[in-house]
Amino acid sequence: MYIFLSFIHNKSGDIVEKKLYDKLVMSHKPIEHRGQNAFIAFLVGGMVGVMGQLLIEFYSYYLGLSSSDASVFMIITLIFFASLFTALGFFDKWVKFARCGLIIPITGFAHSMTSAAIEYKKEGFVTGLGANMFKLAGTVILYGVVSAYIFGFIRLIIMGGV
Amino acid sequence: MTTKYKDVYIKDTGVVVGPYEAEGPLSKRFDKHYDDMYFETDSLESAEIKLMKDSVKMALSKSKMELKDIDMFIAGDLQNQITSSCYTAEKLHLPFLGIFSACATNTEGLSIAASYIESKICRNIIVSVSSHNMVAEKQFRNPTEYGAPKPGSATFTATGGASCILTNEKSKIRIESSTIGIPVDYKQTDPLNMGSVMAPAAADTIIRHLKDMNRTVDDYDLILTGDLGIYGKEILKDFMKTEYNIELKNYNDCGVMLYDLDNQKEVQAGGSGPVCSALVVYSDILKKIENKELKRVLYVATGALFNPSMVFQKQNILSIAHAISLESAL
Repeated sequence: MYIFLSFIHNKSGDIVEKKLYDKLVMSHKPIEHRGQNAFIAFLVGGMVGVMGQLLIEFYSYYLGLSSSDASVFMIITLIFFASLFTALGFFDKWVKFARCGLIIPITGFAHSMTSAAIEYKKEGFVTGLGANMFKLAGTVILYGVVSAYIFGFIRLIIMGGV
Repeated sequence: MTTKYKDVYIKDTGVVVGPYEAEGPLSKRFDKHYDDMYFETDSLESAEIKLMKDSVKMALSKSKMELKDIDMFIAGDLQNQITSSCYTAEKLHLPFLGIFSACATNTEGLSIAASYIESKICRNIIVSVSSHNMVAEKQFRNPTEYGAPKPGSATFTATGGASCILTNEKSKIRIESSTIGIPVDYKQTDPLNMGSVMAPAAADTIIRHLKDMNRTVDDYDLILTGDLGIYGKEILKDFMKTEYNIELKNYNDCGVMLYDLDNQKEVQAGGSGPVCSALVVYSDILKKIENKELKRVLYVATGALFNPSMVFQKQNILSIAHAISLESAL
């Protein structure tokens, strides 16, 4: 039965085994430079992290903020510049190059919202921008909140809410 | 299903493209190009409508015909509810048939028009297709400014509008026959490797056409597929060899011809979209048939009948191909 199912009947009357065609497709697939991509993402992502740390130092040293306040200011700064660069139209080219190096940090979150907002602004503030701005970021927010709840709960049980 | 035609000719074509196509190897052969993606309109969707309208205008002015000479308008595109075709048809004020076969729309339109002309119901018909890279990205994938990374097998939806006037008056190029394809399912699920989805459909239609016309691949100076891309092209060659024992010699793919793949890295595996094959055939291949460099060409446009919802529901992507045989009428 399984052997029978693994055959697909091509309507012209010829029978092609699924695995054979998949094999053929795989043999003509371009090679993805995963190592190179990962290295670039690692470098760029790391640079964003260093930049964040420098910003924290800058805010706490020059503005005399506490380190938790300085982190908030750092996040706001990164979000601002990522959104600005998306709006100016060149951040997508950086993302294409650095991939997860810019998508995973907070810059990617800001970029996903700004790019969706730009895309749908013609459809109106409510039906376009409002309805679609969280098209990509919505998933992150939902599962971020859900996992925060679960891990918070685990922490409460194990450590007693400390 | 293969139909033979006696008196169906291509009168003139109109081709309007966007900036990426104008940088490609065929740039000098297009009738008109724009330098940005909005084409002097205020939204991407309107931009695509403008492309199609412009291409119809261009075809009419080149052929020195007027709208009153045209009996019918057949058009299709990639936007939801084939929007650019509908809005163009309303402006033209012509009887309108809206069609959809994804990227195989152009040959579907040509074969419907050819049947109407052959049966003498109509004398002159305009067939149009359009697609717009950013409209397609917005509709099928992520926001355009997001720039989501894609694998090298992904193709790039071409931006352009292409119109063709078919007539029963003799001209230099005739449509000799057409084969309507059957949707096929080879259990492919990767929307970023459309070449692998569409190659079996192309093979199926080519085999059907050859069988119905009682010909071999050698009877054609060129066999042209729509938008398989650089990897899909190799898949088709390999597939034809292993499955049907046919070697495709005079074969090329429009998606590969439209762009300079070495220097235009953003297109990755090549062009796609309903307009991709139309741009290449109208601007390049028809001129070669006119000059008798090519005598007979089999133009097989391939379409992935792709719906993002079905892909997310883990369903297979279907594909279809329609073929048109073009011949020098001199």
